Amino acid sequence: MSNHLRSIAFGLIGATAMAAPAFAVDLDITCRCVIGGVNSATAEWIEESVIPAFEAANPDINVTLNQFGGEDAQLTQQLALDFSTGAGPDISAFDGFLIPAFAEGGQLKSLDELIGEDYANWEGWDHISDGIRSILSYDGETYGIGLGTDVRMIHVRKDLLEQAGIADDWQPTSWTDVLDAARKLKEAGVEAPLQLNAGVAMGEATTMQGYWMALLGTGEGVTDENGKYIVESQGILDVLNLYKTIYVDEELGDQRAQLLADGRNRSFANFRDGKTAMLVEGDWFYRSVTAPGSEFEVADRDNVMSWVKMPAEEPGAGIRGQDFVSISGGTGFVINPNTDTPKEAWKFLSFMMSQEQMTAFQDYQPGIRSRSDVPIPNSPFLTETSQTLLPLTTARPNDPNYNSVSQEIQRMTEAVVSGELSPEEAMAQYKAAVTSIVGEENTVSLL
Amino acid sequence: MKLTLPAYVGRIAFSALAALIGAIFALPLIWFIFAPFNARAELGLAIPDPWTLSNFATVFGNSYAVQALWNSFIQATGGVILVGAAATLAAYALSRSSVPGKGAVTYTLLLFSSVVSGSAAMVPIFLIVSAMGIMDTHIAVILTFAGGLLPTAMFILRDFIDSIPKSYEESAMVAGASPVQAFFDVALPVIRPGIVVVVVWAFVNIWGSFLIPFILLRSSDNMPASVAIYSFYSEAGTPIVTLLAAYALIYSLPVVALYLFVSWKFGFRFFGGIKA
Amino acid sequence: MTTEPITSKPRRKVRNFSLLSNRAGAAFMLPAGLLVSVFVIVPFFWVIFVSFTNRTLIGRTALNPEFVGLGNYLALFDPATFFQRGQFGFSLILTTQFVLASALIGQALLGLLLAWLIQTVPPWVKRITETFVIAAWILPEVVIGFAWFAFLDRDQGTLNALLTGFGLPPGDFLLEQPFWVIVVFNTWRGAAFSMMLFNSAFSSIPPSYFQAADVAGASSWQKFRDIGLPLIRGHIVTDLILITMWTFNTFTPFLLTNGGPSYRTELVSIYNYRVAFQDFQFGKGAAVGVIMMLINLAFALVYLSLGRKKAPKS
Repeated sequence: MSNHLRSIAFGLIGATAMAAPAFAVDLDITCRCVIGGVNSATAEWIEESVIPAFEAANPDINVTLNQFGGEDAQLTQQLALDFSTGAGPDISAFDGFLIPAFAEGGQLKSLDELIGEDYANWEGWDHISDGIRSILSYDGETYGIGLGTDVRMIHVRKDLLEQAGIADDWQPTSWTDVLDAARKLKEAGVEAPLQLNAGVAMGEATTMQGYWMALLGTGEGVTDENGKYIVESQGILDVLNLYKTIYVDEELGDQRAQLLADGRNRSFANFRDGKTAMLVEGDWFYRSVTAPGSEFEVADRDNVMSWVKMPAEEPGAGIRGQDFVSISGGTGFVINPNTDTPKEAWKFLSFMMSQEQMTAFQDYQPGIRSRSDVPIPNSPFLTETSQTLLPLTTARPNDPNYNSVSQEIQRMTEAVVSGELSPEEAMAQYKAAVTSIVGEENTVSLL
Repeated sequence: MKLTLPAYVGRIAFSALAALIGAIFALPLIWFIFAPFNARAELGLAIPDPWTLSNFATVFGNSYAVQALWNSFIQATGGVILVGAAATLAAYALSRSSVPGKGAVTYTLLLFSSVVSGSAAMVPIFLIVSAMGIMDTHIAVILTFAGGLLPTAMFILRDFIDSIPKSYEESAMVAGASPVQAFFDVALPVIRPGIVVVVVWAFVNIWGSFLIPFILLRSSDNMPASVAIYSFYSEAGTPIVTLLAAYALIYSLPVVALYLFVSWKFGFRFFGGIKA
Repeated sequence: MTTEPITSKPRRKVRNFSLLSNRAGAAFMLPAGLLVSVFVIVPFFWVIFVSFTNRTLIGRTALNPEFVGLGNYLALFDPATFFQRGQFGFSLILTTQFVLASALIGQALLGLLLAWLIQTVPPWVKRITETFVIAAWILPEVVIGFAWFAFLDRDQGTLNALLTGFGLPPGDFLLEQPFWVIVVFNTWRGAAFSMMLFNSAFSSIPPSYFQAADVAGASSWQKFRDIGLPLIRGHIVTDLILITMWTFNTFTPFLLTNGGPSYRTELVSIYNYRVAFQDFQFGKGAAVGVIMMLINLAFALVYLSLGRKKAPKS
């Protein structure tokens, strides 16, 4: 009760925490994580492991975790406002693909500028590869420390494949293989055999898990080697036609799940309930979504669930001439550029990303971590996928306009999947939209 | 008065129609009566078997969610007091003084407020609150809501006061009361039903609003229930239906209680007040 | 504006004698004036100003926005894309239809009907009907959004269960009829305000008027048309101004549909949110806000002129 009274009192006189005499430094850290809810493992790790250990070592620093329960995009909105004024948390979880836009907008400062020597001399850099470091970098500067990375693949249900008479060691080598399997599954009574994300409602999950995974198989990316956005190409058309085949022409996927507001969850439920047999997703789908005890837990998972590599359109037609493709993203933590206590914030951030704490995180949720001295735990799934797919993987363009273009990609796929526009029309609309975002000089047509 | 047969039939038809419309309005809400008491609710309407209070136990065990209800209460009450007091004073002044151009003022402000309720205005509001140094405080939310709701509150109240004969206060002033005394002792009791409407309207608005607290608050300790309700989402980001329904029910009770209290105590009426 | 009360017939007296001196009036207006200045007027002019720039929330133009003149407005009204789904024109037309169907026809007519009905029904019917209609209006929007989501679910929802129970085919409403879903939803959500306003308007009519009509043997419809309606004209104008503005600006349907599928429920308020907070284009979002205000202004002027025409002058 005294807490409540105090908060009223504070509210009434309009005092802020900063106005109170501070004997100790207070640090706030925010992530989209809620104990018992979204990204529970991260919240538990920070609350139970990182903060107690850090405060024991630094008694003059109090750290508070703000558990953010909304959506990713909502956290981005808050951070964009906060980081431009100095409000908000001292440290926040951050998705790597937003680094360029925030850096250009002055909403992030490079660690070199903000921290200086302590940053440059941090022991962790020796254990973090340049590739992973680049996920939270832009224009040669580092803006945060990555927590880990991921890879993407097709998750399959072996029980359904078997029902449809598909071999146990099946590995598709072309889109035709995937579509043929989907047709067989459909015949065998699987309602919506294939899930390739599309539409606006799924947000970046459409771009990453759906569009990119297909587009890379045509040998193209969203940008060309000079960083110009490709606005017209055979690759884009092929991808849109693939979507059309799956969701409109042959109904091999659940069209509703692409269009409705809660579509992504419907697609997960379809996989759980045996209505979908092939679902393109990141390793997160295995680690978290279908894990025992979660809402979309797949019963008897060890025997029922497996994965295959995402094939290129034709063997050898993929990006860099590959037969198979994957794409990786990464999240990490950044420091508020206007924090009053950059030194302490860095102290906490680097402590959190120490070998000891990152290893501790593996107990809460095993994953591919950014530090090479934190081994992937004894998980056959993670070991196999990371060994097979990390060499094949690609990253999104490090460009401040990527976020806006990604939204246009989502709109383009939705227009095709809903049957509203033909692939050609949708691409024309995409071209017009992207040209107005990045300017004609930054686009290229491959047709 | 004796009713003729056609009038009697007509009255029954009216009652049946009114009851039918009432029932249709109730339909989308029925689900909320059952789902919170069901251990494994889905979106479907199912009579709990067995009835359980475990969802409420879980919700009340979540200190963050309970604190959020209290925060909602502080923000809504603070906002309502400010809106009610400021709007009454201003609407009375607009109605009873001879400020030039007073007729246009309420309409202009009403239109301005329609812009400010949109998402484009969230940035300037954030910047103003930030510059005032009151980010992440209840007072920031209270002040912002008060400002945003005032134009509509003044619009409603001014029409209400305009329709009250001035002779009430005039006679008081003839009897020697000062204008301020006339306002407090004579006008205020007559205006009260209008204030009650504004108070309930403002409370409901603040209690249910998501965007403003979301933009202006950061720490979990200050978040109101409209934001906290999103913590009942699972690891995969889907609603945990049972808990969400239980929390939604608790979260809804105060506004229902307020309405019932007000309509019992004062009668929830605009009286003859409002008109343009 | 006909805001002078009918009761104050000797108008000259109003001019000569105001109850509050200008100084007292100013003091009374001070608190509201301060709050409104800081949280309404300043943001309003900020929005107008920013609508002429290319300011964004993130990226280079967050730091150094440039003045673009009418660029944002011209882009919104670009004839090449204006009517495409997901563009401003499409959204504007959709919103106009939405306001006509759910505010003018839905809320106002249903509210009027309800208000008239509950004048004559037994108190317990009145009490129950009022309670549910008002519950729809006062419950928090997150709760309402969730309730309707469950209500409309194709596979398990209450509505389809009922339809099947009556032997009717179930529907996939959110996907197939999203526009009508939000129209019905908004009617349901907002009818209470019109009902309460008209209810108090009707109760303010002296009962002797109706008794006289009863003696003359008038039907309920005749009483409604010839006595009720003309006497509450002013209330109707107030009601229409407020519910049109609220409906035009409402964001709640977003909780049901996210503006989809395929932008088919993207009202201007949702379009505005998408442009400003998902695409982060604040300049353009501000321009949308300004246009929305101008449309609200146009609506208000039309209602006021309609209300003044043939207004009963005593």
